[in-house]
Amino acid sequence: MNKRKNLFARIFYFYYDGFSNMTWGKKLWAIILLKLFIFFFVMKMFFFPNLLKKNFDSKEERGEHVLENLINP
Amino acid sequence: MVENIDVTLVDWSRWQFALTAIYHWLFVPLTLGITFIIAIMETIYVQTGKEEWKKMTKFWMTLFGVNFAIGVSTGIILEFEFGTNWSNYSWFVGDIFGAPLAIEGIMAFFMESTFIAIMFFGWNKVSKKFHLVSTWLTAIGANLSALWILIANGWMQSPVGMRFNPDTARNEMMNFWEVFLSPVATNKFVHTITSGFLLASIFVIGVSAWFLIKNREVIMAKKSILIASIFGLISTLMVIMTGDGSAYQVAQKQPMKLAAMEGLYEGQEGAGLLAFAILDGDKELNDGQDEYLMKIEIPKLLSVLGYRDANAFVPGVEDIVNGYEYTDQEGKLIQEPSAEEKIRQGRIAISALGSYRDAKKAENTQVADSSLKVLNKHFKYFGYGYLNDPKDIIPNIPMTFYAFHIMVMLGFLFLAYFVVALVMITKNTFHKHKWLLWIGVMMIPLAYLASEAGWIVAEVGRQPWVIQDLMPTVAAVSRLNASTVQITFWLFAAVFTVLLIAEIKIMLTQIKKGPNH
Repeated sequence: MNKRKNLFARIFYFYYDGFSNMTWGKKLWAIILLKLFIFFFVMKMFFFPNLLKKNFDSKEERGEHVLENLINP
Repeated sequence: MVENIDVTLVDWSRWQFALTAIYHWLFVPLTLGITFIIAIMETIYVQTGKEEWKKMTKFWMTLFGVNFAIGVSTGIILEFEFGTNWSNYSWFVGDIFGAPLAIEGIMAFFMESTFIAIMFFGWNKVSKKFHLVSTWLTAIGANLSALWILIANGWMQSPVGMRFNPDTARNEMMNFWEVFLSPVATNKFVHTITSGFLLASIFVIGVSAWFLIKNREVIMAKKSILIASIFGLISTLMVIMTGDGSAYQVAQKQPMKLAAMEGLYEGQEGAGLLAFAILDGDKELNDGQDEYLMKIEIPKLLSVLGYRDANAFVPGVEDIVNGYEYTDQEGKLIQEPSAEEKIRQGRIAISALGSYRDAKKAENTQVADSSLKVLNKHFKYFGYGYLNDPKDIIPNIPMTFYAFHIMVMLGFLFLAYFVVALVMITKNTFHKHKWLLWIGVMMIPLAYLASEAGWIVAEVGRQPWVIQDLMPTVAAVSRLNASTVQITFWLFAAVFTVLLIAEIKIMLTQIKKGPNH
């Protein structure tokens, strides 16, 4: 248990030190986080719903909807 | 058949997907290739213990870091679009597309969050060998991510190893290995990743050439050029080899794409490959006019590339639309129905699917069984049933043609440049020819152009299909308001342009700072 704790602690400090000691990389991380926020929060939530999941509750209903689109386009 | 769909919706949905795919592909190929170049440099460092190799490794790693940070997760947008803009398609492809993408997502997350972290944070914290292994695994992991995406794409170009389930309206994977080892997918994978290696080699040579022009970091620049020119030369030869393999597969599975790549309207035996040509923009289907305003042709090469036979018949656009038959070298009669006949059969298949569904609902087993037989008999041409006109099977010929020829010409230009760079850098004369160094710098945007042109050939050339012969774009699109798609198109254009400007700006700043920063 103690060993595992040490392992997790070591992994944590590996990342912690890595991020803390970054110079030019901090700007990149800011870009990454901003980008992920725009992609996943703004775009995914407001512009890109999964239409079939949003409009239909079950797989059967989704399949039926697509089948209808395929048969009567 | 499809008369209710707003054409503007289809066009904007396609433009939106093309825009995101093109922007995404600006970031990917450099990552695919530069990680291997970095791994080679670090291997030399670990073997020799010379600090200059470590400095070099770290410099190129910095540029990789910039590219990776800006480009990471731009591909996720494409997955958003599948669910929103292409919901019919997403459902229809079933687990065949979902499984590789899921594997890619999980693999990419674990590989990238662990080994890239060790690459950047692990200097002096882990052993030299462990760090080196992490660098190699980052390179392999990035390319394995591409593998799954390209298997999915290969299946769309040549659907194999599946069965259509008319109860769920989904395709189900019947044979994983047939999908995984599809010749279209394997050729596409190797061709695509080696083109990324080529681009990265050009990038490394171009940046190093700039240092030589400025008379800075001379030793690092020369060693980088040496590594990149060897790696680039080998990669280019593999690109050519797999390009040949891809052309052969295209001839077998997507003859219309091959005809569009060569602008060939009238099929011929012993067809030549165009080294250079200008298309006649006024050419119409079946008008009897010549396709080209001028051309320089290598005799019989297209027949060899497409069918491994110098006298083989290569069908042109008109043959594929009108239908054709010929006897091959072994005396076998090859017959291909016209597009009109395929449309007729496709409509029978769609109608049978409707009858099957209605019969199942009414629990009429007999009608359901007979409808299923009709569906299976004509399923090969299922997608044709959604087309209104035989001409709908023709892709944008000028775009496919010029993209293909630009890609090929640039590919051979890069090959020549790698040879020249390798010979001159080994003779230690490369730095003396400033004009050659400037060409190296100018090659960087050309490498991106060639890379994007390759995707245009692959994707525009296979129109109107999202899944070859089974689903055209018009049947794949979600019934949305076209204006909604327009809004997101411009939103993406803005976000991605900002990201691209950020990448170029940060990248140039880091290059100017050099390896000592």
